[in-house]
Amino acid sequence: MSESMQTLEEHTRSDYKYGFTSDIESETIAKGLNEDVVRLISRKKNEPEWLTEWRLKAFEHWKTMTEPKWPNVHYPPIDYQEIIYYSAPKKKEQLASLDEVDPDLLETFNKLGIPLEEQKLLAGVAVDAVLDSVSVKTTYKEKLAELGIIFGSFSDAVQHHPELIKKYLGSVVPATDNYFAALNSAVFSDGSFVYIPKGVRCPMELSTYFRINERNTGQFERTLIVAEEGSSVSYLEGCTAPMRDENQLHAAVVELIALDDATIKYSTVQNWYPGDKEGKGGIYNFVTKRGLCAGRNSKITWTQVETGSAITWKYPSCVLKGDNSVGEFYSVAVTNNYQQADTGTKMVHLGKNTRSTIISKGISAGFSNNSYRGLVKVGKKAENAHNFSQCDSLLMGDKCGAHTFPYLEVENNSAKVEHEATTSKIGEDQLFYLMQRGLSEEDAVNMIVNGYCKEVFNELPMEFAVEAQKLLAISLEGSVG
Amino acid sequence: MLIIKNLKVAVEEKEILRGINLEVKPGEVHAIMGPNGSGKSTLANVLAGREDYEVTDGAIQYQGHDLLEMEVDERAQAGIFLAFQYPVEIPGVSTATFLKSTVNAVRKAQGKEELNAVQMLKLMRDKIKMVGMDERLLQRSLNEGFSGGEKKRSEMLQMALLEPKLGILDETDSGLDIDALRIVAEAVNQLRSPDRSFIIVTHYQRLLDYIVPDFVHVLYNGRIVKSGDKNLALQLEDKGYDWIKEEVDSLTAM
Repeated sequence: MSESMQTLEEHTRSDYKYGFTSDIESETIAKGLNEDVVRLISRKKNEPEWLTEWRLKAFEHWKTMTEPKWPNVHYPPIDYQEIIYYSAPKKKEQLASLDEVDPDLLETFNKLGIPLEEQKLLAGVAVDAVLDSVSVKTTYKEKLAELGIIFGSFSDAVQHHPELIKKYLGSVVPATDNYFAALNSAVFSDGSFVYIPKGVRCPMELSTYFRINERNTGQFERTLIVAEEGSSVSYLEGCTAPMRDENQLHAAVVELIALDDATIKYSTVQNWYPGDKEGKGGIYNFVTKRGLCAGRNSKITWTQVETGSAITWKYPSCVLKGDNSVGEFYSVAVTNNYQQADTGTKMVHLGKNTRSTIISKGISAGFSNNSYRGLVKVGKKAENAHNFSQCDSLLMGDKCGAHTFPYLEVENNSAKVEHEATTSKIGEDQLFYLMQRGLSEEDAVNMIVNGYCKEVFNELPMEFAVEAQKLLAISLEGSVG
Repeated sequence: MLIIKNLKVAVEEKEILRGINLEVKPGEVHAIMGPNGSGKSTLANVLAGREDYEVTDGAIQYQGHDLLEMEVDERAQAGIFLAFQYPVEIPGVSTATFLKSTVNAVRKAQGKEELNAVQMLKLMRDKIKMVGMDERLLQRSLNEGFSGGEKKRSEMLQMALLEPKLGILDETDSGLDIDALRIVAEAVNQLRSPDRSFIIVTHYQRLLDYIVPDFVHVLYNGRIVKSGDKNLALQLEDKGYDWIKEEVDSLTAM
């Protein structure tokens, strides 16, 4: 191994900036999962009976299922009875204004760079902050309400807009969809709900920030976004967790529904605690995300920058049901040290003239394993479907792995499906060239990696793109040569 | 400026340079010529600090510093510029972004103020004219899909922007037509100054029609076997390298 490769590996070792824990008094239920726990969660959330029943049905089904074994990831068996399924920061009473939010809580989010005081926020971004199982604060809620936009915690929506929840919950990801989705459906605690009325273009970025704080808890949030006819919205999500030696489970479900001519752009910067350099600890990120392009000319775009989690199992997908609908997936997945990622997308073409684009950029460093898994499916009636997929892998060092598993199911002969894949290494030639021009090794690596990810970063909202670049630099610090 | 003493270099345990001695003073232009495989490019790469080359003996002093102790980027920041024979492609990084980063990295290292976007643009426009490059190349990914001539112009542009103390051209003339060759030569000639030196590594004499060197050295089998002025290059043009090879080989045979 050349000297520069060693530097590369040392370079990839850096510290997780968000690993602190906050001393916030929480109300936590006993660990373990059974019907009573499901009922208890539902009761704590003061849910209508139909929702309690919905949860119980999901739970019954979950008990009959087994964890998926097909992903290219390895971890010891999870003991679902050892997990705490509900934890909430203790509230004084009902909060009407920010003044009443626990100062420790505000401080936690300040430390994360997410100030919840509106005047301190980036103009043009509304934030819903979720700590462990509950949403602690949503900003700009009133301002958005003037346009008829509903943005807030899922629990709130259950109370105030039960008809919408009832109509759309589970309509894209059924409670029985898969093992982790079923688990989520049974025990989900909070998350965000977004509703954009007909013809409204949401004037600001909507953002949810997820934070795990409590030890041994699982985070099971649920996000539902409905874009009515002719509306559009751009939604961002970010997440972090404290550094702990034990693994923590995060099993979320995200459902998007775009009606006629509606556009949903969903961007994720995922930075859950990845575990330490020896692979100890970290979040298991087992997430089901799916968007339904229900209407004609609708469009759903998933953009994700995945740098965190010990294990990532995640396939943000699009079901292109409406004619002329468009699905897009742009992904950068970085794995370092002992992280494992099995991520990709599914594009299911059902309507006529549907188009999908998949751009996936995997970056593996250290001893990590990074897999792209993608399905492009064209149904019988999907005339003139068109897919373009490009899956690139970049290796840093020689102890990591990159894999590509593309699946293709085409039942209509008019479909046009293109797939390109490349695997490359950060070349010593490239590094030498950039350093010969005066760039430090770190800057040279960052430049090469950012160039490699450019197509994906271009899809992110501006301030997130900058954030993503920084995050990438931190994740790969010390890793190349 | 640069003093090379008894430099021996091996690549994968094979000795390529077998004792090079060379002194370059400020403002001088030295041409290093020689047949293929004589070690010319090795010399250029060792000066720039490329890793795959192992220095087994000798010393290099650059502006009073031990060059061999300096990292690649430190050398660049200290004013050593290598124009590559095969410039490397960096997908997704625009030429403009790259140029800004390098100019400011070098300026910062030299304790100068970094240029803002306006100053940078003006500087780039000036230098682009000088090397006759198409401005649109700035928006393209660095060297990606550039023609041979465009790559070399881009190298010259970088050199003009970074204003090195010691410019090293590693067979920059290879594969260039006569027009591109002139551009390269003009760039070097315009950058020639009493405190800036050049080492021009080339197989052919034709580049030296445009860049008139102060000294010409012939490298053969890892040693400088003949040094002279520009006339030596003309002699080589006339007679090729065989006579030198014969001379050296007969000497070693004795």
